[in-house]
Amino acid sequence: MRWRAVVALVVLALSSACGTSPPASSSSSALNGTITVFAASSLTSAYTAIAKDFQQAYPGSMVKFSFGGSSTLVAQIQQGAIGDVLASADQPNMQKAVDSGLVAGSPSIFAHNRLEIVVAAGNPKHIATLSDLAHSGLVVVLCAPVVPCGRYAIEALQKAGVSVNPASQETDVKAVVSKVALGEADAGIVYVTDVKAAGASVQGVDIPPGVNVVADYPVAVLKDSQNVPLAKAFISYLLGAGQPTLHRYGFAGP
Amino acid sequence: MALPAHKAAGVRPAAPVALLVLAGIGAAFFLIPLIGLVLRTPWTAIWDQLRSPEVLTALRLSLLASLSATAIALVVGVPLAWTLARLTFPGRAVLRAVTVLPMVLPPVVGGVALLLAFGRRGLLGGWLATTFGVHLPFTTAGAILAETFVAMPFLVITVEAGLRSMDSRFEDAARTLGASRWTVLWRVTLPLVRPSLVAGAVLCWARALGEFGATITFAGNFPGRTQTMPLAVYLALETNPDAAIVLSLVLLAVSLAVLIGLRDRWLGSS
Repeated sequence: MRWRAVVALVVLALSSACGTSPPASSSSSALNGTITVFAASSLTSAYTAIAKDFQQAYPGSMVKFSFGGSSTLVAQIQQGAIGDVLASADQPNMQKAVDSGLVAGSPSIFAHNRLEIVVAAGNPKHIATLSDLAHSGLVVVLCAPVVPCGRYAIEALQKAGVSVNPASQETDVKAVVSKVALGEADAGIVYVTDVKAAGASVQGVDIPPGVNVVADYPVAVLKDSQNVPLAKAFISYLLGAGQPTLHRYGFAGP
Repeated sequence: MALPAHKAAGVRPAAPVALLVLAGIGAAFFLIPLIGLVLRTPWTAIWDQLRSPEVLTALRLSLLASLSATAIALVVGVPLAWTLARLTFPGRAVLRAVTVLPMVLPPVVGGVALLLAFGRRGLLGGWLATTFGVHLPFTTAGAILAETFVAMPFLVITVEAGLRSMDSRFEDAARTLGASRWTVLWRVTLPLVRPSLVAGAVLCWARALGEFGATITFAGNFPGRTQTMPLAVYLALETNPDAAIVLSLVLLAVSLAVLIGLRDRWLGSS
């Protein structure tokens, strides 16, 4: 009984393998397997949604993510973490990866992000512009200057000629949003996409283009990729069919 | 008879080889990361890093916050340990579990809980602000509070264990001789548990010095106000790994020096 079952399984496996592999074209046989994407944490929601669509468009493919701060991700790859794609929230960190010889080919910009003032839902302190953040008695939190969102915030405040005395310099952009969402801070400067991702407890106040800072998001195939065809397909998907999803999460096109 | 003679002559019991091998693996597990840190230290740059105002500010704040946290833990933690060790009351097991909870809770969760209690919209935070004008988040007092929350359990359980293992006949004797409860506590109980008190305080201080998650969640990060050494290390790691390594080494050296020094001096177990 048992032997018969095993033989039947083997025959079935062989026949299905023979039955499907010859008609499959070379491209689709290459576009399966798994890729690991190192991506900036601000991409978490958008990339998770895009991966779902991508896996449907390329059956048999699998996209795994490692989300983190861009500088942390580059440091991990420098220390030998194996992956196929790197998507950074800023150019300097991608440049670091390029300079260390970790990237194959040249990176392409797939999205832009802008800054916004994040306030509690309903904007109880009536904050309308960056200069409102200088009012005394207002608790403002920013990202630390070493983190991209902190660097950008300082840049925007300088452009607007405003000097702000932050209560805290948070280590990442999500921490700024959560301080405002919890009501501990009155306002912060974060990315548009983070305000969108935070839901109903917070809202964004527009920063005009003249003083705003645009963050470029570059993506590249990693040199040590074990699945270059699928990695390239994922990047083309980001630049093409994935754009509406990125827009939905607040990113602007390249 | 045999045991004291053993001790007096300093004869070591024969250790099974397998035990020593496992102990060696255990020790190596702690030693190798330290060696890694020391080997990667940029010794030539160490003085420049140490003299930088950022490092000094973070170090000063760390010492202030961790020592204050230890002081608060002593003032309220020792009575709590005494209550847990000496009194029988319903809910004692629950109280002990709640006391020890910060040891197993992820510190970030502790920080969120502190915000919900002492934050602007927290249970007590609004009242503290309107009644006393006390604001804890984003202040040094908040950093001290976060460190106390995470570190005090180490003091409480150490002192409680000391009180439980203490021979309570000394207290009984003092009481029958007419000493008041306070006198017994100050002159008999506390001196007898001094090793546990010191050990608990040192553990508590060391944990407070290394505190990261609850501090950054509850008190935020601002140089000179709430940016303690661990926070400075974390931020430096992102941009300037050499500075992060130097800061880590300083933290390590301070902790190690105090742990070794206090152990020899106060616990008499060199």
